[in-house]
Amino acid sequence: MPDIVLYAAEVTLNGLMAGVLYALVALGFVLIFKASGIFNYAQGVLALFAALTLVGIQKGQVPFAHLINAMTGNHYTNFPWEVPAIVAILLAAAVMVVLAIIIEKVVLKHLVNQAPIILFMATIGMAYFLEGFGDVMWGSDIKTLDVGLPQGINETIDTVTFNMFGYGFFIDNLDIVAAIVAVLLVSALTVFSQYSKQGRALRAVADDHQAALSVGISLRFIWILVWSIAGFVALVAGIMWGSKSGVQFSLSLIALKALPVLMLGGFTSIPGAIVGGLIIGVGEKLFELLIGAPFLGGATENWFAYVLALVFLVFRPQGLFGEKIIERV
Amino acid sequence: MFYREAGDFKTSYREDSQTFPIKFDRLRYYAVLVVAFGIVPLFINDYWANAVAVPFLIYAIAAIGLNILVGYAGQVSLGTGGFMAVGAYAVYKLMTAFPDVNIFFHVIIAGFITAAVGVIFGLPSLRIKGFYLAVATLAAQFFLVWLFNKVPWFYNYSASGQINAPERTVFGVFVTGAQTSAMAKYMFCLVMLTLVALVARNLTRGTVGRKWMAIRDMDIAAEIIGVNPLTTKLSAFAVSSFFIGIAGALFFAVYLGAAEVGEAFGIQKSFLILFMVIIGGLGSIFGSFAGAAFLVLLPVFLKNVLVGTLGWPTDLAAHIELMIVGGLIVAFLIAEPHGLAQLWRVAKEKLRLWPFPH
Repeated sequence: MPDIVLYAAEVTLNGLMAGVLYALVALGFVLIFKASGIFNYAQGVLALFAALTLVGIQKGQVPFAHLINAMTGNHYTNFPWEVPAIVAILLAAAVMVVLAIIIEKVVLKHLVNQAPIILFMATIGMAYFLEGFGDVMWGSDIKTLDVGLPQGINETIDTVTFNMFGYGFFIDNLDIVAAIVAVLLVSALTVFSQYSKQGRALRAVADDHQAALSVGISLRFIWILVWSIAGFVALVAGIMWGSKSGVQFSLSLIALKALPVLMLGGFTSIPGAIVGGLIIGVGEKLFELLIGAPFLGGATENWFAYVLALVFLVFRPQGLFGEKIIERV
Repeated sequence: MFYREAGDFKTSYREDSQTFPIKFDRLRYYAVLVVAFGIVPLFINDYWANAVAVPFLIYAIAAIGLNILVGYAGQVSLGTGGFMAVGAYAVYKLMTAFPDVNIFFHVIIAGFITAAVGVIFGLPSLRIKGFYLAVATLAAQFFLVWLFNKVPWFYNYSASGQINAPERTVFGVFVTGAQTSAMAKYMFCLVMLTLVALVARNLTRGTVGRKWMAIRDMDIAAEIIGVNPLTTKLSAFAVSSFFIGIAGALFFAVYLGAAEVGEAFGIQKSFLILFMVIIGGLGSIFGSFAGAAFLVLLPVFLKNVLVGTLGWPTDLAAHIELMIVGGLIVAFLIAEPHGLAQLWRVAKEKLRLWPFPH
C-alpha cells in the first residue's frame, strides 16, 4: 500500500479519537441547550474548573492559598495528605453539583424569560468568573493530572499493523480509554433519560417548557439536575483532556472547538454531537495532512472546523440532526 | 425640570427632525463637544491618553460598529476581532505602499476594505440565523487571524511577523509612530469617533436603520412588507464592518504602534466588544459609548485598587479582576438586561419631573 494511504488511515484513526474528545465537550452543551435553551459558553471553563478541582483535591492543595498568603503573609501550600484518585473524582463531582446549584440559585433564577443573547452573555460572564475563581482557588500554574489512566503508544496495535502493512500505527492508549468512556457515558445518559423518572421529566422539559410546568414538573429542579449532569460531563472531559495535555488555561478553549461540532450536529441532538465530533476530528486532521501542511503553510486546524461547519450550514441550516426549523409570522 | 419639551417650539420641518429635538439635550451635546475638543486636549498627558482616553475612543468606534450589526440589525457576530485585524492590516499595507497619501484617507479606505470582507462573511447570514450565525462568524475570526499569520505578504515579509506603524502626519503633526504626542493621538481618534457617531446616528434613524430594525424584530414579517433581506442584512454587515475596520486601523496605527495579529485581535477582543455593546445597551448609540467607557475604566480602576492600594501580587490581582469583571457582567445582566442606555433613559424620565414628581 502506498505510504500516503497508510498515513491517511493512521491520521483518520487519530482524528476519530480526537473527535470523541470534542464530542464529550459538545455533549455538555447539547444537554443544557435542550433542557433550558441556554447556549452555555462556560462549558469549557467548567471542564477546566473540574480538572483543577480534581488535581487540587488529589494533591491536597490548600484552596485559596495564594490569596490567603497575600492577605496574611503566611506561606501555605499543601495539606500533609494526598487523596486517592477515585475519592478525589467523587469529591470533584460533588463540587460540580454544588456549583450547579449555586449557578441556578444565583444566576439562572433571575434570568428566566430573558432573550437568548442575554443568557448567552451571562454564561460568558460566568466563564470569566469561573476562570478567575479557579485560578484564585487552585493557582494558575500548569498541573499534571494523573488518575491512573494508561498512557503512551498502544503496543498491540503498533505490532499488529506493522505485521500487516509494514508500518506501525501510533495510537495513544489514552485515546482508546477516552473512546470507551465516551461510549459508556452516552449509553448511561441514554438509559437515564429513557428509563428513569427524572430522565423522562428532563425530556419533557426539553420538549416544551410550559407543558412540562403544567403537569407539575419543577423546572428549577430540572435545571439543577441538567447543570449537574453537564458539570459531570465536564469533569469527564476535563480528566481526559487534562491527562492528555496537562491542566492549564488552554483547556477552556476546547469549548470553542466544540462549537463547530454542535453546528454540524445540530444544537439539540445528542447523536449529532457524537457524529459531528467524529466528522470534525477526522476532517481537520485529514485536511491538515493532505492540503493544509503541504500547500497552505500548516496550522489549518485552527479554522478548518469552523469553515467546514459554515459551508455545511449554508446548505442545511439546522445541522445534521437538528430539528427542522419552521418559521411563521 | 430637565429634558422638557415644553416651550421648545418648532417652526420648520428641519427643526422638527433634528438629531436632538429637546433643547436641553442639544445644549448638553454641544457642551460635551466643547469639553472633548476644547478642554480635555489641554490637560491630557501620556498616562491618561494611553490608559484611558485613546482606548475608550477606539473601542467606542468598534462598539458603535458592532451595535449596528447586533443591536440594530439583530445579527449576532463573534468575528469583531477578525474584522479589526482586517482594518489594521489594510491600513498597514496602504501606509507602506502609498507613503504620500494622508493617513486619514488610509484609515477610511481601510474601513471600506473591511466592509467588503464583512459583506463576504455576512453572506451566510441569509441562510443561517441566531446562534448558528454567531458560531459561523467565528469562522471569520479564526480564518482571518490565521491568514494574517501565515501569508507573509500581509506583514511585508518582516522577520518577526509583526506589523509596525511608520510615522505619518496630519497637517504636519505626527499621529502615528514614536514621536506622537498624547494630544495628537487623542485628537485624531476623537475626530474619527465624532464622524462615525454622526454617521451612525443618522443612518439608524433613517430608512436604512428602520429596515435594519424591521429585520431584527422579525425577518419574515419584514420581508413580507417589502424589506429586502439581502440588501438589508448585507448593508448592516458592510456599515458595521466599515466602522470596525476604522477602529482596527486606529487601534493598530495610533494606539499600539506595533501589533501581532493573534495577540491584538484574538477572540478575546471579539468578546470584549460584544460585552461593551451588551452592557452599554443593544440598539443605542449612547449605549456604545457608555459600554466602552465602563469596560475601559473598570480594569484600570481595579488594577489601581488591588495592586496599587492593597499591594497584592499582579498575577493574583489579574485573576481577581477576571472574577470581578465576570461577576459584574452577570450582575449587570440580572439587574438591567437592557444596559446602561436603559438606566440613562430612566434617569432622563425621572429628571424630567424632578423635583415635582406629580
